[in-house]
Amino acid sequence: MNCLTNVKNTNELRAEFMSKSENESFARMIVAAFVAPLDPTIEELSDIRTAVSEAVTNSIVHGYSEKKGCIYLECYSRDDEITIVVKDYGKGIADVAKAREPMFTTNPDMERSGMGFTVMETFMDSVDVESIVGVGTKVMMKRRIGKNRF
Amino acid sequence: MQVNFFTKGADCLVAKISGELDHHAAEKIRNETDTRIIRGRVRNLIFDFTDLNFMDSSGIGVVIGRYKLIRSCGGNIAIVTGNAGVNKLLTMSGIPGIIKIYPSLLDVPDVI
Repeated sequence: MNCLTNVKNTNELRAEFMSKSENESFARMIVAAFVAPLDPTIEELSDIRTAVSEAVTNSIVHGYSEKKGCIYLECYSRDDEITIVVKDYGKGIADVAKAREPMFTTNPDMERSGMGFTVMETFMDSVDVESIVGVGTKVMMKRRIGKNRF
Repeated sequence: MQVNFFTKGADCLVAKISGELDHHAAEKIRNETDTRIIRGRVRNLIFDFTDLNFMDSSGIGVVIGRYKLIRSCGGNIAIVTGNAGVNKLLTMSGIPGIIKIYPSLLDVPDVI
């Protein structure tokens, strides 16, 4: 834990789970429970759950594809801002800019819509992607809770 | 996630999906819906998302895939949803530009 100041308004959580599709709903539940104390609106909660679902699905479908690996989910909150990190040690993304384009998909036969990153970008305040081919991918997303409140 | 099927009128299949539609649930919905489309005399399809409380982009893939299949057979497809989150995702994906969305199954006309 690296935040010694203002501990009252910070929180951290780390979870790791196998890259099985059953765990997509598990990841959403973890994040929903973590965000709950910040008193999000139904829309904020829905947006965050959807973005997390996209990131975790990407790790399962693209990062590890047929193989099974471990997905690392980290949640941080500081005052009214939450940061969510989804990390895999899968095959990585060769061209991150291309992968972030709407409708881009490497798996058209699997009916992936190619909207994953677009959904994350639309539903979160910021999305950062770091990826190295053969090493893995890390997605970091931030969202302020209650920014539309008076 | 649960999917139930029933028919409306002569040739319209209704796929009522409840719970959460993510990548994990997508394959089951895809397989069961396509089996019924190909086996039965289905011309039109309605996705009833009334009891769906979560959907991510995997659901968009399912909808667009069925849209292509039904359209290739000369039919049409409609969506029923009242969930704000589901609506938001459908809208940002541009679905309302190609598929009509209704607030209730009662509002879907006989000819879609």
